[in-house]
This record gives sequence, C-alpha cells and structure tokens, in this order.
Amino acid sequence: MVTMAAVTDRPSDAQVQAWLETVPDPEIPVVSLVDLGIVRGFAWDDDTLVVTVTPTYSGCPATAVIAIDVETTLLENGVEKVRVESQLSPAWTTDWISQEGRRKLHDYGIVPPVDGSACVGALKMTGAAAADIACPRCASKAVERISQFGSTPCKASYRCTDCLEPFDYFKSI
Amino acid sequence: MGVETIRKPADTRVAVKPAFDLALRMGDNALILAQRNAAWCGHAPALEEDIALANVALDLIGQAKLWLGYAGELEGEGRSADDLAFLRDGREFRNVLLVETPNGDFGQTTMRQWLYDSWHHFMLEGLKASSDERIVEIAEKSAKEVAYHLERSTDLVIRLGDGTDESHKRMQDALDYLWPFARELDVADDADRAIAAAGIGPDLASVAEKALAYRSEALSQATLTAPTDAVPRKGGKAGVHSEAFGFMLAEMQVLQRTHPGVKW
Repeated sequence: MVTMAAVTDRPSDAQVQAWLETVPDPEIPVVSLVDLGIVRGFAWDDDTLVVTVTPTYSGCPATAVIAIDVETTLLENGVEKVRVESQLSPAWTTDWISQEGRRKLHDYGIVPPVDGSACVGALKMTGAAAADIACPRCASKAVERISQFGSTPCKASYRCTDCLEPFDYFKSI
Repeated sequence: MGVETIRKPADTRVAVKPAFDLALRMGDNALILAQRNAAWCGHAPALEEDIALANVALDLIGQAKLWLGYAGELEGEGRSADDLAFLRDGREFRNVLLVETPNGDFGQTTMRQWLYDSWHHFMLEGLKASSDERIVEIAEKSAKEVAYHLERSTDLVIRLGDGTDESHKRMQDALDYLWPFARELDVADDADRAIAAAGIGPDLASVAEKALAYRSEALSQATLTAPTDAVPRKGGKAGVHSEAFGFMLAEMQVLQRTHPGVKW
C-alpha cells in the first residue's frame, strides 16, 4: 500500500519530465536524452521511479553512461529510488529526434537526419545519395559523403564541395 | 537425431532449445567477427576505414550482447552475455569458420565482411518473422545497422574489385579463399533444421538463395567471379574450429581468465 506521505512526496509528472529534459547526451551534450528520443517514458512502481530508455546503436559506448546519468540526475533532485530499464522494441529511430533537438544539433554544426529518411533495413547496392543534406556552414547542397562512419556511431562524415569544410551528419536509422 | 529428438522443455516455451541454439549462433558469429575487425584499430589503410572497421565491430559487439544475453536467459543457468563470451572454451563456440578466418590483407578482411553482411542481412529479414518475440526485437534492431554495414562492404567490394590490377587480384584471391567458408552459412545441420521447424528462424536455403542473388549482382559490377565448385568448409557450427581461432580466443579472454570476476 502506498502511504499518504509517499503520495505527497512524489514529484509531479511535469516535474520529472522537466528534470529528464536537463540530462544531456554524453557524447553530444548540446542535446538532451529527451530531445533524442532516448527516454521513452517513466512510471512509478510503488516508491520507485522507473525510467525506460532505449538503446540507439547496439554498440554505442554511451548507453551505460546514459543510464547512470539519468539515475544520478533524479537522485540529485531528491527522488529516493530510481530504476532505469532498457526497452528494445520498437527499435529506436532517428525520426524520434524532436524538432528542438534537430535545431540544437544544426546550431552545433551537426546536420540533423533528414526527416522521415530513417532506414528500415532497405538495401542499397552502392553509396547513398546525399539528397537534402546541406552544409551547416554555407548551406550549400553540393556535399559529398566521405565515410558512413564518423567520430561516434551515430554520425557520418561529409564534406561541402563549395566551402570545402568537412562536417558531421547524424545518420538516419 | 532430427527434429523429433529435441527434448520438450518443462515450461510453455516449447521452442527453448532451438531459440537458444539460434541466439548462440547469431551471437557467436557477431562476437567473433567483431573481435577480428577490432584488431584493425589503428592499422587500417585509411583513417575513415579504421573508424569504419571499429564502428562495425562496435555494432556487432552490441548485437552479440543482445543475442548472448538472451541465450543465457534461455539456458537458465545464470550465465550472462559476458560469461558466455569470455568463459567458454573453443569447442563451445558455435560461430561459422568464415568469421574466425585470419584478417589477411585489407581486401581479405573486406571480402569476409561482405560475405557475412550479405548473408546477415537476409538472415535478419527472415528472423523478423520469428515465432519468438524477443528474437524479432533483436533482429529488427540489428537489421538497421547491418543495412549500412552491407552498403559499405558492397561499395568497397565493387570499387576494389573493379579497381586497379592489384586491387582486383587481391579481391579475387580473397573471394576464392573465403567463398567455401561462406557456404557453411548455407548448409543446415540438425540444429538449423530444428530452428526452422519450430518457426524460430528461416529455412537457410531460402536465405542462401537471396544472398546469392544479391552477391551475383554485386560481383558482376565488381568484375569478380565466384568459384562454382566450392565444397563448403564447415565445422564451426559443431564447435570444431580452426587453429587460428584458439589464438584469437586466448587474446580475447585473457583478462577475464586471469582475473576471474573482474569488473570494469
């Protein structure tokens, strides 16, 4: 049974949401885990706040850090018991990155994934077209892909053929 | 020794044994290929390729963790993904021989990756229709990553195959050497047949057919020719591995074997 005291001590959902929105992504701290769609939801299991997160790339080394950061933030805000659970399905997609998250990524110099272009496992025989990817510095669409793999698992390396600057593209999955 | 001899588990999950076998095979393939690729870190011929190999390895390790974690749960003896990866002996691994072949030159590593990717992709497509929900979840998650692994390796096979005389020769040599190993993926053994019969995974012949069609188109663009008379080089699925595998495993497991129970 939940006691009256526990109920009054429990922060509101809006408050919990606000706390979660302050947790930055460990590798791209300009965006929050909520912006990226990594935090899937939260619920109370008796007196324990259970936060459900979803892995982005299977081998992303940030996954373990993310769970610790969520737990730490909530504990620091006075939540006494926190449990972070991982949910695999439906699989995370870059389509879940919020508009706010996309704007922050762009301002940071990382081109956000092109809307609705998430890969569902469709096959392409050779290099994908760079349709609709614009250089974050000069906005030129004359860009080329250097490599599908960049400084973190979520990014691909591109180059602008007008201003010649390299840049990161948050690749769609 | 066929499907009918699979013992019926006590609980309601009638397909525990086939699901365990499937998860172990998928997990071991991913883990061992990842370990091989990871050895390129700092040694690849170009920075982008170095990063790509390490990233592919990371994805595969992540996938191996999901598969082996599930295998451990199904086994029900309290073994974690780490226990299965680091505390089993060679004979207990169920990966195909292809993924444990030595790295060779960059062409051989690329060809090995492509042969696996082009099977892996179609295998995961088949696993998305598994009767086991957890396997569907892992397959859907992995398929997104494998799609870009395959895109990369196909691109490289075509560029290097249809490249200079030297790159063409190396890719053809790699194809001739590795093609018989890749065929182990296509040949079903008793466990594979039990997996298909239980609806846990696809019929390997149908996966092989799709992979072959895909590979044929890419190889023609790459101006490479697959051997037509290759006898499958197999044994890995039954735990009979190559000499090179023992050395690789010793390196992969040394930390956990030397310091039992060590935590990061």
